[in-house]
Amino acid sequence: MSELRLEKLKVVHLGPVDLAVKAGEIVCVSGESGAGKSLLLRAIADIIPHEGQVFLDDLSSLNYTAPQWRKQVALLPAESQWWQDLVAAHFSEPDKVNFQQLGLEASAIEWQVSRCSTGEKQRLAILRVLANRPKCLLLDEPTGSLDPENTKRVESLVKNIAERDNLAVIWVSHSEEQIKRIADRHFVVRDGGLFQQ
Amino acid sequence: MTETVIPLDSVDLAVAAGLVVLLALLTWQLRLGMSQRVLIAGVRTVVQLLLLGLVLKYLFDMRHPLLIGLIGLVMLLVAGREVMARQRRPFKGVWGYGLGTLSMFISSFTITLFALNFIVGPDPWYLPQYSIPLLGMMLGNTMTGVALTLDHLTQSTWQQRAVIEQRLMLGEDWRSAIRDISRQSLRTGLIPIVNAMAAAGIISIPGMMTGQVLAGSSPMDAAKYQILIMFMITAGTGFAAVMTSWLGSRRLFDDRQRLRLERIKTYKDQ
Repeated sequence: MSELRLEKLKVVHLGPVDLAVKAGEIVCVSGESGAGKSLLLRAIADIIPHEGQVFLDDLSSLNYTAPQWRKQVALLPAESQWWQDLVAAHFSEPDKVNFQQLGLEASAIEWQVSRCSTGEKQRLAILRVLANRPKCLLLDEPTGSLDPENTKRVESLVKNIAERDNLAVIWVSHSEEQIKRIADRHFVVRDGGLFQQ
Repeated sequence: MTETVIPLDSVDLAVAAGLVVLLALLTWQLRLGMSQRVLIAGVRTVVQLLLLGLVLKYLFDMRHPLLIGLIGLVMLLVAGREVMARQRRPFKGVWGYGLGTLSMFISSFTITLFALNFIVGPDPWYLPQYSIPLLGMMLGNTMTGVALTLDHLTQSTWQQRAVIEQRLMLGEDWRSAIRDISRQSLRTGLIPIVNAMAAAGIISIPGMMTGQVLAGSSPMDAAKYQILIMFMITAGTGFAAVMTSWLGSRRLFDDRQRLRLERIKTYKDQ
């Protein structure tokens, strides 16, 4: 059971934002580019300075070291980054990763990152973040570079895991259809605030 | 003794200066934006060395340790300014100047004091004929190492911001997120002095050794001094570069291990 709660979270021109995401719930966030969706996720993951506090099961982020916090409250950025030559080097336990669930071959672990397409990298990045067994997922347009088939795969994978492991999920998306398919609640970021639809 | 040195007149120096002007013209032609810097550095060499020639005799006649310490301090502060001036993206605020200066201070002064007291052993230990040139050679080389290390560190961090943040997002701590960059910046800082050690005596005949021989020292004594200097410089540059890279990396992150690039200035084209 992991509930994520934002209390008066404020960063640059966004906020103060109050929001509670229940365990197992998927909250979608949309809004024009530049409205502050990514800033919001980055503040929750404590990658950028912010005012206000974020709680995971009533424990503030300040109760954890920053790396502990970020492992539990995992942020998937819109564009994934890779710093080693091989895919495997980015996973702590490469053997335990199930590549097929996102339509990748099992041999993907032996691939060279530079040969992967944008979509392949994106799917690998999702598996990489899930491998940390987070308690909360912050997804910044996770299917932005994926075709419809793989988009569906990612949606059902995240839904299943959220349900099975009781993850709180915040999902930034631009697609109305996608939001209808996955969201338990939907918010729009507008004029520095978060508005439920 | 000194009769062996052929005196140079101003015409000789003017001819050599002509070469530097030629280089400045070439860099201007290649649009490197460096010709002005070359010329200014050339003028500084002339002015500074002639001034040194004027005061060196008085400098070496000084007996008061505080006065000698003061000279050392001035040398350090100027070296600190040089380090900052060579940064494309220096740290903002007091860190821009303080970080490199602190590393150079700890490393150069410690090693010079150590060498004066336990290796060379002049009487008194702060005898300016020894202490000032030793400290000067230490600072001159440490400065290069520190400047290169710092420049590489901040520049690479700026370019690889997304990767560092990605690694933080995956739960790595700041040390591990910047490890590749700080190691590489350390290597960059150490390359010149390691190259100099490897080339010493075969490809290059070091300036100090040449000077001693010209002034009448036995070549063997000069060689031994040069070995001592080389080792001091290498150790000093290495320690200062390690310290710089550690302090600099630390300064790039805050207490919540967030990458704070707003702590360095935006690009300055050199």
